[in-house]
Amino acid sequence: MSTANLLTATRAPWTGKTLGLVVNPFAGMGGGVGLKGTDGSDILEEARRRGAQPLSGERAVRALTRFAKSATSFRLLTGSDDMGENAARAAGLEPIVVHRSTLGASGPADTRAAAAAMALWPVDLLIFAGGDGTARDILDAVDDRVPMLGIPAGVKMYSAVFGTTPENAGNLVSLFLEGSPAARVREAEVMDLDEAAMREDRLSAHLYGYARSPYERFLAQNAKAGSGFGEDAALDAVCRRVAAGMRPGCLYIVGPGTTMRRVMVALGLPATLLGVDAVLDGRLAGADLNERALLGLMEGHEARIVVGVLGGHGSLFGRGNQQISAEVIRRTGRDRITVISSIEKLIALGGAPLHVDTGNEEINALLSGYIRVETGPGRSTPFLVTT
Amino acid sequence: MSNELKQYPMSNELKQYQGPVWNEPIIMEMGYPGRRGVLFAPAEPEVRRQVGDVSALIPSAMRRKDAPALPEMSEPEVLYHYLRLSQQTLGMMGISLFGTCTMKYNPQINEQMAWRPEITELHPLQHEDTMQGALEIVHNMDLILREMSGMDQFVFQAGGGSEAAYLNCAVTRAYHASKGELEQRDEIIVTIATHPCDPATAAAAGFKVITLMLDENGYPSLDALKAAVSNRTAAIMVNNPDDMGVYNPEIKEWVRIVHEAGGLAFYDAANFNATMSKLRARELGFDACMFMLHKTFGTPKTGVGGPATGAYGCSAELAPFLPSPLVVRDGDRYRLDADRPQSVGKIREFLGNVQVVLKAYAWTRSMGAEGISQASDISVLSNNYMEKGLLAIRGVTRSNPEATTPRMEMTRYSLQKMKEETGVGTHDVQNRMSDFGIDPFWTSHEPWLVPEPFTPEAGEMYGKEALDKWIAVISRISDEAYSNPELVKTSPHNQPVHRLKLGVIDDPSTRAMTWRSFVKQRAARA
Repeated sequence: MSTANLLTATRAPWTGKTLGLVVNPFAGMGGGVGLKGTDGSDILEEARRRGAQPLSGERAVRALTRFAKSATSFRLLTGSDDMGENAARAAGLEPIVVHRSTLGASGPADTRAAAAAMALWPVDLLIFAGGDGTARDILDAVDDRVPMLGIPAGVKMYSAVFGTTPENAGNLVSLFLEGSPAARVREAEVMDLDEAAMREDRLSAHLYGYARSPYERFLAQNAKAGSGFGEDAALDAVCRRVAAGMRPGCLYIVGPGTTMRRVMVALGLPATLLGVDAVLDGRLAGADLNERALLGLMEGHEARIVVGVLGGHGSLFGRGNQQISAEVIRRTGRDRITVISSIEKLIALGGAPLHVDTGNEEINALLSGYIRVETGPGRSTPFLVTT
Repeated sequence: MSNELKQYPMSNELKQYQGPVWNEPIIMEMGYPGRRGVLFAPAEPEVRRQVGDVSALIPSAMRRKDAPALPEMSEPEVLYHYLRLSQQTLGMMGISLFGTCTMKYNPQINEQMAWRPEITELHPLQHEDTMQGALEIVHNMDLILREMSGMDQFVFQAGGGSEAAYLNCAVTRAYHASKGELEQRDEIIVTIATHPCDPATAAAAGFKVITLMLDENGYPSLDALKAAVSNRTAAIMVNNPDDMGVYNPEIKEWVRIVHEAGGLAFYDAANFNATMSKLRARELGFDACMFMLHKTFGTPKTGVGGPATGAYGCSAELAPFLPSPLVVRDGDRYRLDADRPQSVGKIREFLGNVQVVLKAYAWTRSMGAEGISQASDISVLSNNYMEKGLLAIRGVTRSNPEATTPRMEMTRYSLQKMKEETGVGTHDVQNRMSDFGIDPFWTSHEPWLVPEPFTPEAGEMYGKEALDKWIAVISRISDEAYSNPELVKTSPHNQPVHRLKLGVIDDPSTRAMTWRSFVKQRAARA
């Protein structure tokens, strides 16, 4: 069946959209049996031994049902069997299978191979059902060439590429297919959590990379709608303002992330997207610095820290920017920290505070309480920080 | 659900609505060469002799080289064209519960009074002795608003809420400058649920804006306020109730904290309907406030363009900074006082929109103190009545569900649940409402704090039947969303214009704001 589809698809010129679907059949299995993730074959075995049931396929169906009847024609590329094919059929779709795996033996290599096979097609959007690990594997395979969207099915989902529910992910695909202006593509964080550390109740997160991912921009009432680029413009403007306000002789430690990249762009300097840079007198004092290098550069200079809010969970320090360590923060001082975020990102936290986890209780306590977050030029919001 | 609908006998009428379809062309595509409207008699020779060459009155650089390309039409053709266009809109006359706008009926008698020559033929440069009646009305309205707010002086110069908010920032600036503290006090505090004109005007006036987020009660915590207040605080600008109908019960403490730090407190009474005659801004400690005469006080809601009036009032301490002139009473006479050296100058020309003040005065006098108090009660009661009905509808939830304080004259709802379960969101429901002859609801100011929001405001004007009908429409659309979502997502179906693709509206390259640019775009595409 899938071969026939493939032939039909290649014979006639295709004018609709092309979607890819990768289901990680084992995603999330470790969660229900208390394993905090399912990375690695031995953990998967342990999960199975504890009686874990696959759930990502069912979640994928819930998402697919949302756009299966979309008025915009589309074709769906999948992995074979439980890597997407079964879910697609359950949602009433005829998929084109572009990757075959040995049944029951799917692993990260399969995820990467399926994504890579899809990237050979003109894929408009790659949908996957899984967790942070799956997002990481797909990013490895396709980089940021193909936008991706996650159907939440994993244990750990600290990355910003997931829909809030399978249904919402499906609705977002529907908007994306319609070409609705509500569906925009942005750069979203893919986080990398160390599962081994988590099993020891330590949370160790790194910013793994950025994927292009659609999100739903809330459209305002037509009559009062602005240009539609408000968030971006305000963020750009405040980053330029912070860059322009940098004082001579002062060492600026600039954290990772896309917001911080805007600051570096405003300075006309290269940015390390996933690392920490330092700026002195308008020049790059160091790129992709570790804690020791930062402490070295701080010698003899007044230091200031500029950071963004990382991930969908509102982390300020300790997730993805561990280089800015407790000691770096202590020597800098709380009132020399500038935090920049769009107001939309703060609202998306849904009332939850910002988090710090520097590994040092004294510094965590120092950072706790209200901190001013710069949200636009001349605009700020006192926001609660907790450990 | 179908049982619920049977409780609403008017629901059958809903089905029968069909908007008129005239297929009316754009006026630039109408007309015939040589057709014309009225021919005016030539001016008399003496007039012509005195005026001379009329076209010479216009500087040559401003003169057209070619005649304007206007459609050539007769007067009735023009009249019918615009009448038909107006018939193709709902015109905010199909039960309009447009939240945050306090939609009210504008009594015809008030409109007719404002059309009288005694007011329309006044010239603002007339001597004050020749407009004693108008000045008396302005002065009396000032006294009424003083009574309602506890403030010591009102001005009506601001031509809308945003101008009055800007005036507040100008007064704030002048006040701190007079104390030598303007350099230091450069921050104005608002909340994220304050009307956006307040932070916007504060920024326009050169202040930094500190925005407080809401906690689970629907208003910011005192801790958040304390974290924001400092010796740099120039003022707070807040609505209460806010844009979501939530009344902050700690507001007196807020004002005390800001005063203690040396800042001023401004009450944006945009949502005054909830509290009319129930509380006075001054008694809560506020230094200044504003009222929207163009909504709360029964004069046409005209939005930003006017003619509207943002009545701005303040304490005696701030009064010297008010714009000039002020209308003052000297015995039996009224005069314009422009000799005010500390004044911030003008926020708009002359006395502002005196016709709007006249209509508001007529409305206030006809309502009386008791009527206004009752209107406030009805608006809060109606909203809470609606809340009962709306929250029983599948897919509808309320913002800040944990909050225990009741909503005042508005409630912000969310259709997020419906969106997740059916794919039908707030814009789809808006479109579908118009199929029932009901004006689409207001969603929310930006940024959206509540996903898929909608905000009805019942006000005091509509009867129970109208509110029931409105609820029945939402209930029907919810049924449709769960049984046939495509029906809602492709609506409207009974309107002269079907669903517009939002992407086209969003994209400047597919918009033409003038006929000329439309012709150019069409030619470029061809």
